[in-house]
Amino acid sequence: MNPGTSITEVLEILTFRSGFNTTVVIGGTALLGLAAGVVGVFALLRKRSLLADAVSHATLPGIAIAFLTAGLLGMEPRSLPVLLLGAAISGLAGTGAIHLIVHHSRLREDAAIGIVLSVFFGLGIVLLSYIQSEAATGSAGLNAFIYGQAATMRTADVLLMGAIAAVSIALPAVLHKELALVCFNADFARVDGWPVARLDLVIVALIVLVTVAGLQAVGLLMVVALLIIPPAAARFWTERLWVLLVLSGFVGAASGYAGAAISAAFPNRPAGAVIVLTAGFFFAVSMFAAPRRGIAAALIRRARLRLRIVCDHVVEAMHDAGVDELARTDFADLIGNLGWSPRLVAPVRLVLAQQRLARPRPGGGLSLTEAGRARGRRVSRNHALWTRYLITHADIAPSHVDWSVDQVEHALSAELIARLEADLAANPAARPEPRAAKKASA
Amino acid sequence: MSPVLHASRTKQASLAERSEHSEHNPLSVHAVTVAYHRKPVIWDVDFDIEPGRLVAIVGPNGAGKSTLVKACLGLVPRAAGQVEFWGGSYATSRSRVGYVPQRESVDWDFPVSALDVVCMGRYRKIGWCRPVSRSHKRAATACLDRVGLADLAHRQISQLSGGQQQRVFLARALAQEADLYFMDEPFAGVDAATERAIVAVLRELRDEGKSVLVVHHDLQTVRTYFDDIVMLNMRVVATGPVNEVFTNENLHKTYGGRLTLLSEAAEAVARAGAGAP
Repeated sequence: MNPGTSITEVLEILTFRSGFNTTVVIGGTALLGLAAGVVGVFALLRKRSLLADAVSHATLPGIAIAFLTAGLLGMEPRSLPVLLLGAAISGLAGTGAIHLIVHHSRLREDAAIGIVLSVFFGLGIVLLSYIQSEAATGSAGLNAFIYGQAATMRTADVLLMGAIAAVSIALPAVLHKELALVCFNADFARVDGWPVARLDLVIVALIVLVTVAGLQAVGLLMVVALLIIPPAAARFWTERLWVLLVLSGFVGAASGYAGAAISAAFPNRPAGAVIVLTAGFFFAVSMFAAPRRGIAAALIRRARLRLRIVCDHVVEAMHDAGVDELARTDFADLIGNLGWSPRLVAPVRLVLAQQRLARPRPGGGLSLTEAGRARGRRVSRNHALWTRYLITHADIAPSHVDWSVDQVEHALSAELIARLEADLAANPAARPEPRAAKKASA
Repeated sequence: MSPVLHASRTKQASLAERSEHSEHNPLSVHAVTVAYHRKPVIWDVDFDIEPGRLVAIVGPNGAGKSTLVKACLGLVPRAAGQVEFWGGSYATSRSRVGYVPQRESVDWDFPVSALDVVCMGRYRKIGWCRPVSRSHKRAATACLDRVGLADLAHRQISQLSGGQQQRVFLARALAQEADLYFMDEPFAGVDAATERAIVAVLRELRDEGKSVLVVHHDLQTVRTYFDDIVMLNMRVVATGPVNEVFTNENLHKTYGGRLTLLSEAAEAVARAGAGAP
């Protein structure tokens, strides 16, 4: 695609050796990602992530008005601090408008966000087109705030990013206990005497700060991604708040760093989009591969549970039939009769052996161990108890029982079993006959 | 949200001057009305809680039980009426009040452990910006122990059962070390072990001279668990000691035609043994 770029050049960019300007841009976007990652955690936990999208779109009219006002006052209209100040003011005005709509109508926050986002953005577009037709001089740069233009970052901008990153880390570091309380349980916090509205305002102010900071590099259309994606990706890997904050900051910084570097190595790739795509890559990897919360882990868990259920059914059926040994064909028949796929024959045999419930025998058969017989006894009793429980207590027609039994008998807690046994001892009339309600399928 | 209903009377003098209220009482509720969007939810509610009593609020769905608790705590705006704690305002007595919200009111998939949640009950003692010290963690662990969850202190809260989550909320309220507790449906959908643990804690609190106001839905257990009762259906139908006011007549007034349905359900539950789903 770009024959001019060699591996060496990419390495030079990634290690900050490819010239001052590139280094400045990469450093700036990495700091931005760090700040957004930390602040985004609280936006995510307070379920206010979409607020960032409204804020970013609401900044556009502020940028245009700041440009016009600075021009009228005879100042340099393209000065970044002036434009960002205008952006911050109109971003805050946007959150104020959302607050007004939610509290003075019956609309919910999602509708209010949609209204404010589109109306403010529309106003911004109208103002921008007016600026471009009226005052052609020096207005060219304003469009860059929509898609972002990281390459225009200067040293002063990076210092600004550094300051914003410092604030976005310092405030949550000092207030993380209070902010977490409000995010988890605002009503309890209010009863306990904490100023919930003001703590919410801290979160909103941090969101506005990071959003405005990201306008130059990532653009208002995509800056919301930096607030949402890093915490969402980091959440897959941890159940601890401070780990989540560190990881999310890291994912954000890594996205900013790698995205800007990749875009520097391949000219004409807009940095903002590449940064967001990099963050999206981190998210996709996390969602698939994270232990416990990831998709792969969930699939493995489900497969294991399913195998365990089949194994339990096998030892139960053998217990009920009073057999200790099965030849290969009988074993396959049993799996089929229980309604499971023949593909499960080999894995089930393996798992039974692994759990020492059965010993494999030459020729593909198996024989139960002492542990296997005990397990079969227990599962059979659970099954009978549960069947009886459903019939006597839940008023379920006996013909409907078997289906639900097969799903839940593995979930019975020891406590529930103890209660059922006491119940049965108290009502001997309701004593179950093992397998009495089982359909004649097995 | 703006309440449009007007109270028939709003007296700003301290409630303790009125003969039916006393400044020794942890809670005095006087003529409280709450409305959502012009529709009254609770109307002219009046009752007191005495020290060292376990008090149930019962009433049908939509009777305003939770709203009453939230109105006392200032979580929903009152259209009219006064609420006093030990004869003073809520702001001055806050540190003596504990709260157990409904379990479903929070997202349990939150990255904290059971112990972290209980520590939240210590936050107001810890104060702004300061970390949770070891002694506060010990106090929180002791509270978890009182509800039988010391072993699960470091378990992430989404991995707890519903009953265990309810006990974590109870432990957090204990960590507040209050003298008056508000509990919103603590027995809703819990297992038998949790129900036993909660009842044991309630009795301990009463023995320590504390009072607890519990939103309750299970009429079967009112007599065994509680001393006083507030029977609510938008208005207070009856209030007082359980053995005096928990009568068939008052139940019919509170539940109206729905009571027959309810008592049938209650009998079915009794037949089925404790804790049937």
